Amino acid sequence: MIELQNVSRSFTVGDQQVSALRDINLRMDAGEYISIMGPSGSGKSTMLNLLGLLDRPSSGTYLLDGGNVTDLTDEQQAQVRREKIGFVFQSFHLVPRLTAAQNVELPMILAGIAPEERKQRVEVLMQNYGLSARADHRPDQLSGGQRQRVAIARATVMKPTVLLADEPTGNLDRATGWEVLKLLEGLLEQGITLVVVTHDTEIGARAHRQIHMLDGAIRSDERHTT
Amino acid sequence: MYYRDFLTLTTSSFLTSRLRSFLTGLGIAIGIAAVILLTSIGEGLHQFVLDEFSQFGTNIISIQPGKTETQGGNVGVFGSSRQLSLEDADALRRLPYVESVNPSVMGNAELKFNGKTRRTTIFGEGREFAQAFTMKVQSGTFWPDADDEQARAFVVLGSKVRQELFAGQNPLGEYLRVGGQRYRVIGVMESKGQVLGMDLDDAVYIPAARAMELLNRPGLMEIQVAYRPDVAAEKVIRLIKDRMIERHGREDFTLISQEEALEVLGSVLNVLTFAVAALGGISLLVGAVGILTIMTMAVTERTAEIGLLRALGARENQVLMLFLGEAIMLSALGGIMGLLIGVGIAQGLHLLIPALPVHTPWLYAVLAELTAITIGLAAGVAPAMRAARLDPVEALHAE
Ligand SMILES: Nc1ncnc2c1ncn2[C@@H]1O[C@H](COP(=O)(O)OP(=O)(O)OP(=O)(O)O)[C@@H](O)[C@H]1O
Ligand SMILES: [Mg+2]
Repeated sequence: MIELQNVSRSFTVGDQQVSALRDINLRMDAGEYISIMGPSGSGKSTMLNLLGLLDRPSSGTYLLDGGNVTDLTDEQQAQVRREKIGFVFQSFHLVPRLTAAQNVELPMILAGIAPEERKQRVEVLMQNYGLSARADHRPDQLSGGQRQRVAIARATVMKPTVLLADEPTGNLDRATGWEVLKLLEGLLEQGITLVVVTHDTEIGARAHRQIHMLDGAIRSDERHTT
Repeated sequence: MYYRDFLTLTTSSFLTSRLRSFLTGLGIAIGIAAVILLTSIGEGLHQFVLDEFSQFGTNIISIQPGKTETQGGNVGVFGSSRQLSLEDADALRRLPYVESVNPSVMGNAELKFNGKTRRTTIFGEGREFAQAFTMKVQSGTFWPDADDEQARAFVVLGSKVRQELFAGQNPLGEYLRVGGQRYRVIGVMESKGQVLGMDLDDAVYIPAARAMELLNRPGLMEIQVAYRPDVAAEKVIRLIKDRMIERHGREDFTLISQEEALEVLGSVLNVLTFAVAALGGISLLVGAVGILTIMTMAVTERTAEIGLLRALGARENQVLMLFLGEAIMLSALGGIMGLLIGVGIAQGLHLLIPALPVHTPWLYAVLAELTAITIGLAAGVAPAMRAARLDPVEALHAE
C-alpha cells in the first residue's frame, strides 16, 4: 500500500523554482493496476521516481506499506528499492556487457543472494518469459521486445510489491508493445501493484484506475470496474 | 554481494574494453618493470662486488705511493714523492693491532719449464700474503724468509700454471725459469678463479724483492696491512699515516681501507637506487594519471548504468567499491605484467651476458606490487566517489 500526503517536488533551475509536483495526495492499494497519463512535463516521471524512492519530495510524506519512508537514509532507501520496488524503463537500461541471464541476475547479486538460488530463479523467469534460448545473448543481440522482456524479468526477480513502468512501450512497435503490456498485466495475478506511465490512451485505458496529470497536479483519478 | 560476483562484475567491465585496459595497465607495467629491472641489476651488482671484496677479508688497508691531491692532481707517481720500500713494510709490521703486512708488485713475465713456456702474471708478494688475503696454499708453503733484498728464489704456482706446466707431475722441488732466472717451486695455491676480472690461478707468486728486480721496478706498487678485526679502521689508518709521514717526511702516499671502499660503493649504489626509484616513480605517476583518466571516462560512459544499479537497489558503497575495484584490478594486473616484464628482461640479460649478475629480491617484487595496488587505489578514489554520489534520477537520464 502506497500513500502520498501533500507531496510536492520542485527543482531549482538557475534562480527559478520549477514545481514538478504540487501538493499531491494519493493512495494506491496493493494489487492495483494504475496508469498515469498527461502531457509532457506534467510530472509523471517525477511522480514515479518519488514512488520508487529514487528521489525525495521537497515536502510532504510518503508512506509505503504503512511505514514512513520519506526520511530514510540513502542506505535504507536502497534496501527498500531492492526488496519492494521494480523498475521498467522506456529505454530498457540493460547492462550492455552482461548477458540476458546476467542482467536478470543483477539485482540478486547486489542483494547478496546465493548463486544456486539465483541460477534457479533466473532459469524459471527466462522460461516463463520465453527467453531461455536467449539467455546467453548480450542486449545488442536482442530485439527491442526481447530486451524489454529481459528488463521485466530483472524488475520482478526480487519479487517486488510494486512495479513502476515509465513508458515501457515507448520504444516498441505496436504489436511488441502489446505483448510487453500483457506480460506486465500478467504480474497482477501475483498481487503486484502495477503503475504504468504512458502517452498511449489505448494502453492507459486498460488500467483499472487512470490518473491524469496536468502541470504537476492530479487532474482526474478514475476507476473502471470492469 | 559475494566476492566472486564482485570479481566477475569488475572484470567484465574491463574485459569489454580490453585494448584500453591493457594500455592503461601498461603505464603501470612500464614503471614497475623499470624499477624491478634496474633494482635487479643493482642488487646483483651490489652482491657481486661485495662478494668479490669480502673474500679477501674486509680488515685490510692498502698504501699506494703518491698522494692524490684534491687541488692540483696527482703529483706522486711522476713527482718527487718517495717510492714505497720493503723497509716501509717492515716498519708497519711493528705497529700495534697489525696482524700481517704484505708488500706487493705486479707484472708479466715468461715462465719456462721442460721446454714449455707460458706468459703469466707475476705477483711479487710478502711472506704473509696468503694469510693477509685469506688465500689457501694447497700444497707446500709460502717462503719463510723475511721480506728483504736477500729473499731467495722461491715460487708458488697458481693452480692453472701448475696444470699447464706440470700436468700429472708433482711440481714441488722442481726448478722453473721465471723471466730467465731459476726459481724453486715450493708451493701450489688453491684454485681461486676470477677476482675483479683477474685470473689469480694463471699467475705465480714470488718474493716482492725478487719481483722488483725482475720487473725492474724501483719501488712497491702497494703495501697491504691486515689489522685486527676488533679495531676500528680509523685508528689503524691514523697509526699508519703517522708512521709513514715519520719515515717519508710528508704525506706522499695514499691510504685506502676496504671499509671505506665498501662505504663509497654502498653510497654510490644508494644514489643509483634512489635515481631508479625516482625514475620508476615518474613512470608510475604517469600510470596513475592514466588510470585516473580511464576511470573518469568510465564513470562518464557508464553513468546510465550507475543510475540503473542504484534503481536496482545498489548502495552508494557498492557502486564505490565496483569502480574502485576496477581501478585496483587495472593497476594490480599492470603491476604483475610489470613484474613479469622486469624479471623477464633481467633474466634475459643475464642469459645474454652471464657476467652481469642479476638478483630480484622478493621483498622488492612484493613492494612493487603493493605500490601498483596503492596507485590504483589512489587514482581510483576520486572517480569512484563521483560515481557513488551521482544522483540516481539524473544518472538514469544520461544516455
Ligand atoms: N532534474 C530536473 N531539474 C529541473 N527540472 C526538472 C528536473 N526533472 C524534471 N524537471 C521538470 O519537472 C517537470 C516534470 O518533469 P517530468 O519529467 O516529471 O515530466 P513527464 O510528465 O515525465 O514528461 P514526459 O512525458 O515528457 O516524460 C518538467 O517541467 C521538467 O522540466
Ligand atoms: Mg517522463
